[in-house]
Amino acid sequence: MNPILTIVTKRLLIGLLTLWIVTVIIFAAVELLPGDIATEMLGQAANEETVAAFRERFNLNGTVFERYVSWLAGAATGDFGVSLANQRPISEFVGQRTANTFFLAAYAAAISVPIAVVAGMMGALYNGSVFDRMLSSSTLAAISFPEFFIAYILILVFSVSFGWFPSLANVDVDAGLGERLYKTFLPAMTLTLIVLAYMMRMTRAAILNLLALPYIEMAHLKGIKRWRVIAVHALPNALAPIINVIALNLAYLIVGVVLVEVVFVYPGLGQVLVDAVSNRDVTVVQAACLIFAATYILLNLLADILSIIANPRLLHPR
Amino acid sequence: MSDVLLDMKNVAIEGWSDRRWKPIIKGVDLTLKRGEILGLIGESGAGKSTLGLAAMGYTKGGCRISGGSINFDGQDLTRASNEALRQLRGKRIAYVAQSAAAAFNPAFKLIDQYCEAPVQHGVMSKTDAQKDAVELYRKIRLPNPDTIGFRYPHQVSGGQLQRAMTAMAMACRPDLIIFDEPTTALDVTTQIEVLAAVRDIVREYNTAAIYITHDLAVVAQMADHIKVLLRGEEVEQAPAREMLANPQEDYTKSLWAVREFRRAPPVAREGGEETLLDITNVSASYGAQKVLDDVSLKIRRGSTVAVVGESGSGKSTLARVIMGLLPPTEGEILHDGTPLPKLGTKRSRGLQRHLQMIHQMADTALNPKQRIKDVIGRPLEFFLGLKGAAKEARIRELLTLIELDPDEFMHRLPSELSGGQKQRVCIARALAAEPSFIICDEVTSALDQLVAEGILRLLDRLQRELDLTYLFITHDLATVRSIADDVVVMQNGVIVEQGPKDDIFSPPHAPYTELLLSSVPEMDPDWLTNILKNRREKPLQ
Repeated sequence: MNPILTIVTKRLLIGLLTLWIVTVIIFAAVELLPGDIATEMLGQAANEETVAAFRERFNLNGTVFERYVSWLAGAATGDFGVSLANQRPISEFVGQRTANTFFLAAYAAAISVPIAVVAGMMGALYNGSVFDRMLSSSTLAAISFPEFFIAYILILVFSVSFGWFPSLANVDVDAGLGERLYKTFLPAMTLTLIVLAYMMRMTRAAILNLLALPYIEMAHLKGIKRWRVIAVHALPNALAPIINVIALNLAYLIVGVVLVEVVFVYPGLGQVLVDAVSNRDVTVVQAACLIFAATYILLNLLADILSIIANPRLLHPR
Repeated sequence: MSDVLLDMKNVAIEGWSDRRWKPIIKGVDLTLKRGEILGLIGESGAGKSTLGLAAMGYTKGGCRISGGSINFDGQDLTRASNEALRQLRGKRIAYVAQSAAAAFNPAFKLIDQYCEAPVQHGVMSKTDAQKDAVELYRKIRLPNPDTIGFRYPHQVSGGQLQRAMTAMAMACRPDLIIFDEPTTALDVTTQIEVLAAVRDIVREYNTAAIYITHDLAVVAQMADHIKVLLRGEEVEQAPAREMLANPQEDYTKSLWAVREFRRAPPVAREGGEETLLDITNVSASYGAQKVLDDVSLKIRRGSTVAVVGESGSGKSTLARVIMGLLPPTEGEILHDGTPLPKLGTKRSRGLQRHLQMIHQMADTALNPKQRIKDVIGRPLEFFLGLKGAAKEARIRELLTLIELDPDEFMHRLPSELSGGQKQRVCIARALAAEPSFIICDEVTSALDQLVAEGILRLLDRLQRELDLTYLFITHDLATVRSIADDVVVMQNGVIVEQGPKDDIFSPPHAPYTELLLSSVPEMDPDWLTNILKNRREKPLQ
């Protein structure tokens, strides 16, 4: 068998295993919460019948194992059960929210990844120059501020002073793509500023690492233009670390956006999570955690597989 | 059109180290006519590569051309703009690097790397360049010239890569090629093919070349003129045959003399021949791949057994098996008549003490953070339990034994030593355990000839004084001739031939031994021509 298939299959299986372990941990964590959920929700005064009905409705009967299996089976098909707080099916309102979060993340990634890679390459090309140092320090400054601070600065400049973009990103379900892109521009910019520095610095470092290698020197001695040496000779060999840092940052774009969503009142998954935590809505917390965890694992899995494929020795075995 | 292609006058190059500019090349002249090959020889650090690269108007990072002029076909490269230099490089002056495996970009096919320079310089279109590549691959006698270009560098052997790189340098039909030790990393049997290919193609296109090497016999085959460099200065220059027959300067003579070291014949031992290590039917594998196949070998106490063979022949694996780093799948090893546990970790400390090893790269075999006294002190403490003053006294003794002044060297770090001194420290570390048997794994191959000779003399003296037994792994047959008692020839994990040195080195040989012996370049400038002629008339095997 092609070695790359073997490695990729192995990685996939490990990814699935990790995901399964995560479901066990999330489920167990909720089980370990003190007190009985039914009496907790209905209050001490609730009568036996109400409690029994509640248990029936929220799938609280049966052994831990039975409940885990039915929860897992539901989650696998997108059915996360019913919210404790408002009794609506979780998938109904979480689905749209998840889509919103993914949209915002994709928007930010579409801006930040190309900028980061190109800026990283420019940094490597003009290594040590004023331009390089400006690039490094300005992006470093951007990640040094907390994201809500950056968000407020952007609001202050672009919506209060200039009035170019709205400060609220409250998109409706039926908003068109153009309107969505317009309304979510500031949150996307905030996220871009936060993830840009890591990705740019890693791209720059990964390329600089290679510049002392004989095949890069060889390219120079063949009279290849500097820009082409970086883009054609160095970049393809630096892909593995770059892919990894991009994947980590994409995961952050989805998981770490809570504050940004709150600032811009964006109807994403982060807001759901915040509400659920303050309402002690454990089934929703469970669902949100599972979505976050799955995103993290899948993105890292994808990064692993891509960086394996980026290795010519594995892709083209002897 | 002037006859002189390259004219370097009083070239000086400096490198930035210890916060100041230090001279690397101290005013060297170099003139090269069209179609002429100049051999540039000297030890490492002599500035050969630096001077070679300067002929392209290029310096490595941290270096600068500080004086003189480099006139290439009417253009002064020291004054040329970066863009002008870029347009010369690859197109009119090409470069062939020492390690082709490292100098090819791992991410692209050979033919794409071939086509890059002609296409980027606008010499020809990609399709034409591809056709041209196949043509040159054929001329340079690469196997399957039509398809080999579509492979990735890691899919091609070292010798073939080196030839592909020579073809690549030819792509724009340059006027000048700089060959920077192109065969140093290759086995002798592979080297011969690369040398022949390089010589033929350079002659065919009447390309001028600067051939950089530290191997005199190689330069004798390739060059019209030879220039000897020492610490950034020219020692002498003369036509190749003249220089070989009649070197003028003492330094040049000393380079020639290295190959004459012979150890004193061993003194007959009292009590006959005692076997120290008896290796019987040993096989070993890495995963599913068998790398040692049924190897049997007896090593007499006090003798030196040389193991020779190409890379991949299983020499180093044999050393790993003896040291217990790789357990054999079959067979056993008797030490002084008792079987050795297969894994080193299962051997008693006393047994480990008896078997020591010296590695090829002294650089990486020494912990850069440990001072010399700690490097040598560790085995003293670990194996012999020495502490305090006793340990220090022994460290001093050992340093004296390896001819390094204890007061000067005890407190130094490895980075403050030269290559030869580092290898001496490694020897002292092995001796500290008071072993009876030492494996020397290519201990001189990373060193210059003069330094290597010093190490060989030292090992020889130590053997006589301390009654040591050596297993000497090497691919250099000159070393074998100078120090071995017995020789073992290995190929593909199998022992092809073994016996006393004189038997192995005198005919009749086993076919592989013959190939190996005849592939070692000789100082005779006609050697390559003759050997190729012989081989075409009488193919081996």
